[in-house]
Amino acid sequence: MAWEIVVGIETHAQLATKSKIFSGASTAFGAPPNTQASAVDIALPGVLPVLNGRVVELAIRFGLAIGATIAPRSVFARKNYFYPDLPKGYQISQYELPVVQGGSLDIVLPEGAKTIRITRAHLEEDAGKSLHEDFHGMSGIDLNRAGTPLLEIVTEPDLRGAKEAVAYARALHALVRWIEICDGNMQEGSFRCDANVSVRKAGDDRLGTRCEIKNLNSFRFMEKAIEFEARRQIGVLEDGGSIVQETRLYDPDRDETRSMRSKEDAQDYRYFPDPDLLPLVISEAEIERVRAGMPELPAAKSERFIAEFGATSYEASLLTATKATSDFFEECLARLLEINPARLGMTGTGLADAKRMYGSALGKGILNLLAAQLNRDGIEIEQSRVLPKDFAHIHARLIDQTLSAKAAQELFRVVWDMPPAATVDIDFIIQEKNLGQISDLGAIERIVDEVLAGNAKQVEDYRAGKDKAFNSLVGQVMKQSKGKANPAQVNEVLRRKLKG
Amino acid sequence: MLNSTLTELSAALAGRQLSSVELTSAFLNRIKELNPRLNAFITVDEGHSLAEAKASDARRAQAAAGPLEGIPIAHKDIFCTRGLRTTCGSRMLAQFDSPYDAHVIERFAAAGAVMLGKTNMDEFAMGSSNETSWFGPVRNPWDTGLVPGGSSGGSAAAVAARLAPAATGTDTGGSIRQPAALTGTCGLKPTYGVVSRYGMIAFASSLDQGGPLAKSAADLALLMNAMAGFDARDSTSLERPAEDYGRELNLELKGLRIGLPKEYFGDGLQPEVRARVEEAVRWFQGHGAKTVEIALPNTGLAVPVYYVIAPAEASSNLSRFDGVRYGHRAKDYSDLADLYRRTRAEGFGAEVKRRILIGTYVLSHGYYDAYYLQAQKIRRLIARDFAEAFRQCDLVMGPTSPTTAFALGAKADDPVQMYLNDIFTIPAPLAGLPGLSIPCGFDAAGLPVGLQIMGNYFAEAKMLGAAHRYQQATDWHLRVPAGTPL
Repeated sequence: MAWEIVVGIETHAQLATKSKIFSGASTAFGAPPNTQASAVDIALPGVLPVLNGRVVELAIRFGLAIGATIAPRSVFARKNYFYPDLPKGYQISQYELPVVQGGSLDIVLPEGAKTIRITRAHLEEDAGKSLHEDFHGMSGIDLNRAGTPLLEIVTEPDLRGAKEAVAYARALHALVRWIEICDGNMQEGSFRCDANVSVRKAGDDRLGTRCEIKNLNSFRFMEKAIEFEARRQIGVLEDGGSIVQETRLYDPDRDETRSMRSKEDAQDYRYFPDPDLLPLVISEAEIERVRAGMPELPAAKSERFIAEFGATSYEASLLTATKATSDFFEECLARLLEINPARLGMTGTGLADAKRMYGSALGKGILNLLAAQLNRDGIEIEQSRVLPKDFAHIHARLIDQTLSAKAAQELFRVVWDMPPAATVDIDFIIQEKNLGQISDLGAIERIVDEVLAGNAKQVEDYRAGKDKAFNSLVGQVMKQSKGKANPAQVNEVLRRKLKG
Repeated sequence: MLNSTLTELSAALAGRQLSSVELTSAFLNRIKELNPRLNAFITVDEGHSLAEAKASDARRAQAAAGPLEGIPIAHKDIFCTRGLRTTCGSRMLAQFDSPYDAHVIERFAAAGAVMLGKTNMDEFAMGSSNETSWFGPVRNPWDTGLVPGGSSGGSAAAVAARLAPAATGTDTGGSIRQPAALTGTCGLKPTYGVVSRYGMIAFASSLDQGGPLAKSAADLALLMNAMAGFDARDSTSLERPAEDYGRELNLELKGLRIGLPKEYFGDGLQPEVRARVEEAVRWFQGHGAKTVEIALPNTGLAVPVYYVIAPAEASSNLSRFDGVRYGHRAKDYSDLADLYRRTRAEGFGAEVKRRILIGTYVLSHGYYDAYYLQAQKIRRLIARDFAEAFRQCDLVMGPTSPTTAFALGAKADDPVQMYLNDIFTIPAPLAGLPGLSIPCGFDAAGLPVGLQIMGNYFAEAKMLGAAHRYQQATDWHLRVPAGTPL
């Protein structure tokens, strides 16, 4: 009997604000314990929350990015429970009326694209941290994180299995970074996912009893945890048992999920609207203001790359995989178009034509040369040791045939290995390292003449119709020029001389 | 000096007939003499107060001073004060030193006022008799066998016995107006949002509002000028232009329409209270005001609605008192849950626990709709009653409290009877409306009776004007309890 695995994901994305959601304290990671906890975060008697306007703007951004409804009026509620790292004894969160309602996110799977429906995204504050080690039978409480703004993003149970869940999580991760609402740092807990997993017989349209898995702090763990959990549930059901709704914790060391608490232990959070905060009212004008400041989204950018540069959809998807990649590409292209346009032969062709001419080649350069190097060094494109302006410059000299493809690669590595603070002058390095190819027609003709004179047999073969002989002659010329002769010119001169 | 109004004291200070140090010392001495009998203050720090008075005198020597410069004022112990402990009348905070000042405290400091001390109150402002304080009951200066009302009972008693020329209080369901009525003093609960709640320890956030207690309506206006104002740290604080609360003190009474809600003059009202209030209303009629009978049909639901909403909010507001970061912590506990249990069992008194239990219950899964949501709906009906009423009248008048002061312990074992004492003061905060209480005579036992004046949103100046006109013609507000002679 085939089983279908049904997954819904809840993600806590830490919003990239300087200060907390209801206080002015800093949200910076890694400060000594309790040094970034204000009176409001500690919940001293008499203090009151004041909503950070930036948080709302970032939530609107997200809503717009997924095509959701931005609620004109949403409400902050109190979720009441006692825990030492929850200073007020309640968490301020949105309950019945969240700020972002509906929307969807497209994910790309080997078998094609799939649209995942988003149920809602709501604003809430994070709790502090309980530190159970190092305190000899006691617990330490660090309230630096208390009050950090979170956007909790909840999907419908639209995901089928671990692979789809991970594809969704990755797409969401890319999106929140793309629209710059979250730094996506999973190690620091800026992007945390919980998975609701259930299984059902294929063809059954009712959902099975679900378990919520917590502590999925990497995509790899998410995949393994969901796979384990689905196997566990199928095992229970096939043995004639039934699934108990509960919260389970993934243990990466043992690669298993363990029961944390069952639904019976679930607390009654006694939600009610927080009387300290007015309903969050968002005007149409505010939404439009945020919309005007939205970056071009990956899907739109990808389509534009295809239209403007003739990129393949695969190339376009790679170039828009992260905002940093597409930013790198677009900055390179802008620089490329600035560098000595006359030499690039851009006069008269117009900017659009130039973009089309160079965009595609440049994109390939980034995807091949740069991507390979980044991969080797294990770093992100933001940390590229060749800056966009220099990458563009190298490319410009490739296009104007100052450089051969081989020389361009060599130059790239020279620049890559330069000290980070060094001033890079591409044209100077080409001269100094003698990387430029020979494009002097007279010089090439002299070499060709010499090669023709010394290779009578090949000349004869070529004239007898053996095309292979031509390649051999080109090779000879390149060898004699120490690889510096412009191959296009060599071809042209050779053909002319062989004819005559 | 002790019986002078703020205006008179202000003039004396300005004319250099009096220094702030002299004035403050006089009140400190009176506190020393009478507080052991009244228990109106929880904390008095003479050194602190005198240092502030000295600094005020120095400021006055340097530059022109505002009307409250150098005036000693007592603060309800619900306002957080740096330098003087803030107990909220609770064992939970018996040793709590706030690292910051409440907005109201900042405002009085900015106005140059001197902090005279922190006044006693019902624990976490939960009570109508001041008997729930961890620091013992406050006694009514008019008869020390009686309660002063609550929860701002310490502030009211302090002003009544002239231990302070003025005091701050807070009103959630009548906690300023009811003790003002029971002690023959004046108290104003402003429109919700006019006085910042920042630094005012929360009881029921959607109802709590700070306000002044003093000897006269004119004094209340002066105090409001200092207390009121927008504060960005309180999201429910209203951003409005500053106003002079004394601008309508010479209110024209001719043509003033006074609404008399029939529900406020029904059964359960002490005959003498009714008589004094009706006499006051007749005085207004005699001076050209017109009276109209109005209906506030949901008045009877106000107490039950209040005792759903206020405890619900309180149950959540008081969760922060868990013994983890500050305040009382139980000595012996076996684990975390035990720490919470013991700390809160020891730190909170019976009335606070009762309200936390009620609040927790009404917010619980399965009961929320029936209680909390239903209460919110009725709350809107009560506000609508008033909106309807204010189409027919400018001000509403009636008794502040159905009875004069009652004996200590008389209602302590009957919470419902105690709650019903607030029947006339609870509707205004539920609607967010302002209300004030001024003395309008005495009963046969010599106990003061309070006249309540309610107005539409932001009608404080008009309410104070009506009260002031009445006080120009009467001297109830200047009477001093026989037991605490000047």
